[in-house]
Amino acid sequence: MTRYAYYPGCSLETMAATYNVSTLEVAHKLGIELEELEDWNCCGATAYSHVDELLATVLCARNLAIAEKQGLDIVAPCNACFKNLWTTNAAIKRDADLADHMNYALEADDLHYGGHVEVSHIMEAFTTPEALEAIRSKASERLRRLRVAPYYGCQIVRPRRPGLTLSQVDDPQYFEELLRAAGADPVSYPYKLRCCGAALMVTNRRAAVQTLRDLLQSAVDSGADVIATACPLCQTNLECYQAEVNRAYGTEYAVPILYFTQLVGLALGVGLKRLGIGKELVSAEAVLKRPVAAAAKE
Amino acid sequence: MVTTTAPRISFREEVENLLHAEEGASLVRCIQCATCSAACPVVEFMDHSPRLLIGLINAGMKDEVMASNTFWTCASCYACTEKCPEGIRPADVMYALTRFSLWRDTFDRDWVAPEFSRRFTRTILRTGKSYEPGYAPAFIFEGGFPGVVREMQMALKLLAKGRLPLIPARIKRIRNLRSMVARVMPLDGIE
Repeated sequence: MTRYAYYPGCSLETMAATYNVSTLEVAHKLGIELEELEDWNCCGATAYSHVDELLATVLCARNLAIAEKQGLDIVAPCNACFKNLWTTNAAIKRDADLADHMNYALEADDLHYGGHVEVSHIMEAFTTPEALEAIRSKASERLRRLRVAPYYGCQIVRPRRPGLTLSQVDDPQYFEELLRAAGADPVSYPYKLRCCGAALMVTNRRAAVQTLRDLLQSAVDSGADVIATACPLCQTNLECYQAEVNRAYGTEYAVPILYFTQLVGLALGVGLKRLGIGKELVSAEAVLKRPVAAAAKE
Repeated sequence: MVTTTAPRISFREEVENLLHAEEGASLVRCIQCATCSAACPVVEFMDHSPRLLIGLINAGMKDEVMASNTFWTCASCYACTEKCPEGIRPADVMYALTRFSLWRDTFDRDWVAPEFSRRFTRTILRTGKSYEPGYAPAFIFEGGFPGVVREMQMALKLLAKGRLPLIPARIKRIRNLRSMVARVMPLDGIE
């Protein structure tokens, strides 16, 4: 059985609770054990790096050290958490002085980090060849003909990690592969790696609303029924501010935004309620019924 | 009388020194090709494009650079960093400049972003975790009264769906976390 230290991140305890429950359901179905990181703290999002580099580094280092104590590698479901933990890990591993400084600070919490932990996004754990095979063999027809726009977002692929080729960063395919394994139809659209506006929704509303409009239009043009996300901030921006985009641009978008784990969970036979489906502001009810109805018509 | 002047580092070097934990090529490598600007999804909201900003840094035009809203407009999507043909990491440069502008207190008081980042950081130093509803109230007035009403309506809907927590979470060892942070930076610099 594969085991990871699970770093849910702050959003998954609040706005993105449905991402949390659906992640746990999918992991359970796939026989992947997620042991929550003990007393984890916030990864810092973009704010700590605006304030102080060592502050940003030490707060992620604490999480890495806790995982090392638990003897497990970390998986994080949020793009920003993943990127912060990953880049901090890489910085500490290549810079002995930085590692010393961090360990001096970590002593204050009786921790030490020796650089023995790997960090992955939860999607990596769900797209290993074994996981994909398990999904393929267990998936029902539930998502048949559902056109899903796979929205990677930014920090799941960028900044590029060593060993990844240009095409893996410019046009990754693992999200599509996962959706196909779950029986859905991934659509192809040019903005799958474009920014959702992130924290600009608070700090520069006009800029964020425009990036969202571009993104929604791109997905709608591709014929998507639903956008699947792998990040709580992407999901929140796309869903909660869709109405704001409509007001600003006179558009009429009504695209449900689900976490990819909610869709995969549905394919694996988990009930709607257990996946948190029904808590969206833009209801997914109609599109999740549609494929079945469309299939019946044929 | 002979006067000697100690050599001063250039503004470019000052900026690069803020990037010690990051990798990436020196800004002198910039060929002003503007690939970064073309890749940026929010470039039209910046007063200087990323290309121009790097050019200004290399030219030592510190005041122009520090008065710019460019680095506070960056959303950290790293599209520029992925595309730079010279291996420069503009997104990390933007982070460096935000830190510089907070330390030197050079940011425009009307901008939301610096205060947001400070508030976010203070929350973490108190609780160890982020608490979304704690930031919103200070900033929703941006949209005027109708904006406030809309944000409240959305908050109520989220509340009804059980997606808004009323009580901020707190980690168990917050005291240790604070001592830990105090070993890398003075807490009263931010609190």
